[in-house]
Amino acid sequence: MAESARAGGANASGPSLPPQQAGPSLPPQQAGPSRRKRDWRPVYLIAPSMVILAVVIMYPVLRAVYLSFQSDRGFDQDTGRFIDGGFAGIAHYTRWIFQQTTSSLGETISCPPGTLCSNFWESVGVTFFFAGVTVTVEVVLGFWMAIIMSRTFMGRSLLRASVLIPWAIPTAVTAKLWYFIFADQGIANRIMGRQVGWLTDDWAARFAVIISDVWKTTPFVALLILAGLQMIPQDVYEAAKVDGANAWQRFTQITLPLVKPALMVAILFRTLDVLRMYDLPAILHGVSGASPTTTVSILVVADIRQGNFNSASALSTLVFLMIFGVAFIMVKWLGANAIRTQDAERKGA
Amino acid sequence: MVSATTAPPSPHSRENAGKVTAAKAIAQRKRRSQILRTYLGVGFILVWGLAPFYWMVVTAFRDYRYTFDTTPWPTHITFDNFRSALTPRAGNDFMGAIINSLIIGAATTAIALLLGIFTAYALARLDFRGKYVVTGVILGAAMFPTVSLVTPLFQLFTDINWIGTYQALVIPNISFVLPLTVYTLTSFFGDLPWELEEAARVDGATRAQAFRIIMLPLAAPALFTTAILAFIFTWNEFLLASLLSNRSTEPVTVAIARFAGDNPFAQPYSAIMAAGTLVTIPLVIMVLIFQRRIVSGLTAGGVKS
Repeated sequence: MAESARAGGANASGPSLPPQQAGPSLPPQQAGPSRRKRDWRPVYLIAPSMVILAVVIMYPVLRAVYLSFQSDRGFDQDTGRFIDGGFAGIAHYTRWIFQQTTSSLGETISCPPGTLCSNFWESVGVTFFFAGVTVTVEVVLGFWMAIIMSRTFMGRSLLRASVLIPWAIPTAVTAKLWYFIFADQGIANRIMGRQVGWLTDDWAARFAVIISDVWKTTPFVALLILAGLQMIPQDVYEAAKVDGANAWQRFTQITLPLVKPALMVAILFRTLDVLRMYDLPAILHGVSGASPTTTVSILVVADIRQGNFNSASALSTLVFLMIFGVAFIMVKWLGANAIRTQDAERKGA
Repeated sequence: MVSATTAPPSPHSRENAGKVTAAKAIAQRKRRSQILRTYLGVGFILVWGLAPFYWMVVTAFRDYRYTFDTTPWPTHITFDNFRSALTPRAGNDFMGAIINSLIIGAATTAIALLLGIFTAYALARLDFRGKYVVTGVILGAAMFPTVSLVTPLFQLFTDINWIGTYQALVIPNISFVLPLTVYTLTSFFGDLPWELEEAARVDGATRAQAFRIIMLPLAAPALFTTAILAFIFTWNEFLLASLLSNRSTEPVTVAIARFAGDNPFAQPYSAIMAAGTLVTIPLVIMVLIFQRRIVSGLTAGGVKS
């Protein structure tokens, strides 16, 4: 398994790599006597990336957490600068989670309809609905596409190039393209011969987002699964055939288990991707709390647009925790522990 | 899964010689129906990938008065939509946006690639404690919700007057391009024939020399692939750009999203489709030329690293 995985990878990387004339690389024990000393090279090599990631990710996240516990900044007319509003406790968090806000009289009331905080749980629901439906459809359809693409036929590379096109089109363009397709007089309604309010009706609007996203990313899922399929050595199938396994048995007993690591990575990546989805619904239906396709990311931006940096920070922290939680559960449950197992596999363990 | 056209002679066939001809006929019929289903599937996938894109291009070339024509080939062909898309008018400078995207894409790709090479080399090649931590941090960064970054960055860049500068877009973009380059390169580097490096070191080269003289040329295709991927990802970024750019630095994605035509009361579908075609054609050409590399780059990151 490990051998074939390595060979498959070498072929996929392009023709310029020489064939694997030598066996697995030398075991680390032979790397040299310098290994006994403290080796600083990894530190030098990795530090620059870590520093820049710390600057572009760690700083904003910590700053967002800090901001989320602060009151809104006021604008000082004299200096023309913003001044800090002081500690706010968990008010911004309760605002979202319990959908409560402070009225002008200073009492705690539930968010009036039309305010952003009144849309919190609905947008969480919409986000998870998108994730569930989109990933399910993409994985089923992508699997089928991968199986078709793994067969031998003329123009195979042309087909692979053509499935890359939806992936390569910028999401902003994809959204505009489907905006046109889903227009009242658009081709979608013409083909179906009925008037569906893809951009106005709540559920049609949600499915418009799902359809566009499935169109765009199913090919990517298919390519990931295809890469997994190609790592399966053919002789396993031959052996199963000799033993009398039918096509369905070969699929469930061989293909599925062996393609599982690739499948899990695809599911994990796609789920987290959809949970943070912004571009498609934002461009298709606009950035507002009231849209039926408001995802949590859109809600954050809508809040920023209203100038509520501190409550937007609290919300973005909630989004981060939500996605982190889902990632954690998926890695634990689905065994999508890709890093460790596949690294071990690469080493020939 | 892959076609059963050339099954090797199994040991059983000798014992059951009589059954072979019947089995052959069944196999042949099965094979024919499988070929048919394969081509139906291929057709479906082709339509899936190309039809909406084709519709965009057709509309881009169609006179705007016939935008909602349903003839599947372009009728009333005109280049006016492209002219309309490229003509700078109040609030719309599409040509400028294309140049902005090129600048942002090139700068982000260059920085991410430079940093990524070192990290990926260390991850693919050196054994050290905390390797999994580093890998985990980088994978985590790749899955990080961008929206968690925008609030503080928006405020910070406003405070230091960076809104409307290129660095305000390039630096945040690194947050998702760098993880991508690191794990794509790590996976590619893992496949390099490192014995050559060992040999160079036996001959007296330092690790740095061995990498530069022997390995870097071998890694060139991988670097090139990674650069294409990084560029496409930056080119397609929208969320950060929509908040951290202004009219003078906005990239094409933002320009398209708020594209307004001559007539404020009508959606300028044709001009938008023309703009979309302009933005997409370079990517489509890249994809067609480097299809093999892009696929291996995409799947290397996802499946193996």
